[in-house]
Amino acid sequence: MSTAAQETTQNGQNGSAEDQAILALAREQVLENGVPLDEEQILRVLRTSDDALSDLLALAHEVRMKWCGPEVEVEGIVSIKTGGCPEDCHFCSQSGQFTSPVRSVWLNVPELVKAAEQTAATGASEFCIVAAVRGPDERLMTQMREGVKAIKEAVDIEVAASLGMLSQEQVDDLVDMGIHRYNHNLEAARSFFPQVVTTHTWEERWETCQMVRESGMELCCGCLVGMGETVEQRAELAAQLGELQPHEVPLNFLNPRPGTPFGDLPLMESSEALRTIAAFRLALPRTILRYAGGRELTLGDLGTKAGLLGGINAVIVGNYLTTLGRDPKEDLALLEDLKMPIKALSSSL
Amino acid sequence: MAVEQISYCGHCGESAAGITHDACAERLRMEPPRFCTHCRRRMQVQVTPTSWTARCVEHGETTSP
Repeated sequence: MSTAAQETTQNGQNGSAEDQAILALAREQVLENGVPLDEEQILRVLRTSDDALSDLLALAHEVRMKWCGPEVEVEGIVSIKTGGCPEDCHFCSQSGQFTSPVRSVWLNVPELVKAAEQTAATGASEFCIVAAVRGPDERLMTQMREGVKAIKEAVDIEVAASLGMLSQEQVDDLVDMGIHRYNHNLEAARSFFPQVVTTHTWEERWETCQMVRESGMELCCGCLVGMGETVEQRAELAAQLGELQPHEVPLNFLNPRPGTPFGDLPLMESSEALRTIAAFRLALPRTILRYAGGRELTLGDLGTKAGLLGGINAVIVGNYLTTLGRDPKEDLALLEDLKMPIKALSSSL
Repeated sequence: MAVEQISYCGHCGESAAGITHDACAERLRMEPPRFCTHCRRRMQVQVTPTSWTARCVEHGETTSP
C-alpha cells in the first residue's frame, strides 16, 4: 500500500488518525457549538499533515460561514507617516534603526482624503490610517484630527487608525474624532516577542489593546507569522489573541524586507500559511480574520483563493504601506467568482 | 523614440551598467522604486491604496503607471 493510500482512511477522509481526531473534535466543538479551540488543540491543528489540509480548510470555511456568514469586509490602508520609526521591529522596513531604503515622508490632509476616495471607489467599507511611530505625538494627533474630519465630510467610509501605543487621553481623543476601530497588533507570541522587538514589550502592546477595548472603539489586533517562530509559539499567539477577543485579526505573512534583521528569512511555505489561516479560524470562530501583508508572495493567486475558502473573511485591497498589493479589481472579481458579497458600509455602522 | 538612460537600479540602487537586475525587476512588480535611476539617491516614496509617487530631490517625481 502506498503512503498516500495509508493516509486515506476507510471513510474517505484524508490524513492520519491523529489528523482526523483533531478535525472531528474541532467540528463538534467549534462548528457545532461555537467554542474556540484552546492552545493545545490549536497546536494539534498546526501539526496536521499536508494530506489533511483540504479537509482542514473545508472545516475552517464551514466555521466561518456558520459563525460569520458569507460577507467579506474590504479595507484599504494608507501610511500617514512613513519611515523614521524609533522602534526596532525586526520585520519592518520603516524602522529608523536599520539600513532600509525607506525614507521618511508625511501625507498631507488633501492627499489623505484622496487616498480615502481611492479606497471607497473599490467598494471598501473601511479605511485605515497608519503611522510608523512608537505612539502619536501632538503633531500627529493634530494631523489626524484634521484628516479624519476632512474624510468624514467628503467620503462615505468608516475610518480606522493605527498609531502605535496610546495613552488613555489619546484613546479618548480618537473616540471623539469618530475613529470606530483601532489597530494595534500583538505581532508575535509573548514568548517570541523579545526576538522580534527590543524597544518595547509585548505587555505594553497588550495594555494599549485593553484600553482600546474598554473605550468602545472596535479592536483590530493581529500578527505576523513566518518570522522563525515555532508552531508551539504560533499556537500560543492564536490563544493569546483568543483571550484578547479582538473584533478583527489581520494576519500578515513575513515579506522579508531588505536591510531589516529578518531580511534574509525565507518565505513561509504556502501549505503552512494555509494551515495557519485555518487554525486561527478555529481559534477565533466569530472574529473578522483578514488577509493582510505578504499574502501575494506567500500564497499567490491560487493560495489567495484557498484562504478565502479556508477561514478568511476580510481582505486589504490594493497597496500596503510601503509595498504594492494586487489590483483591487482582481480581488473583487475573485470575491464575485466565489459568490462572497462585499460587506456594505451600512451593515458595519 | 528617445530611450531613457537608466544608470542605477530603482530597487537595489546598484549600477545598471552591464548588469542584469532580473530579481530586482521582479520585486519592482510588487513594490515601488526606492532609488533614483539617474543619481542613486534614496527617494521619498508615498504609497496609496491604488497608486504610488516617488520623488528625487534632484530629478523630480515618478508616479505609478
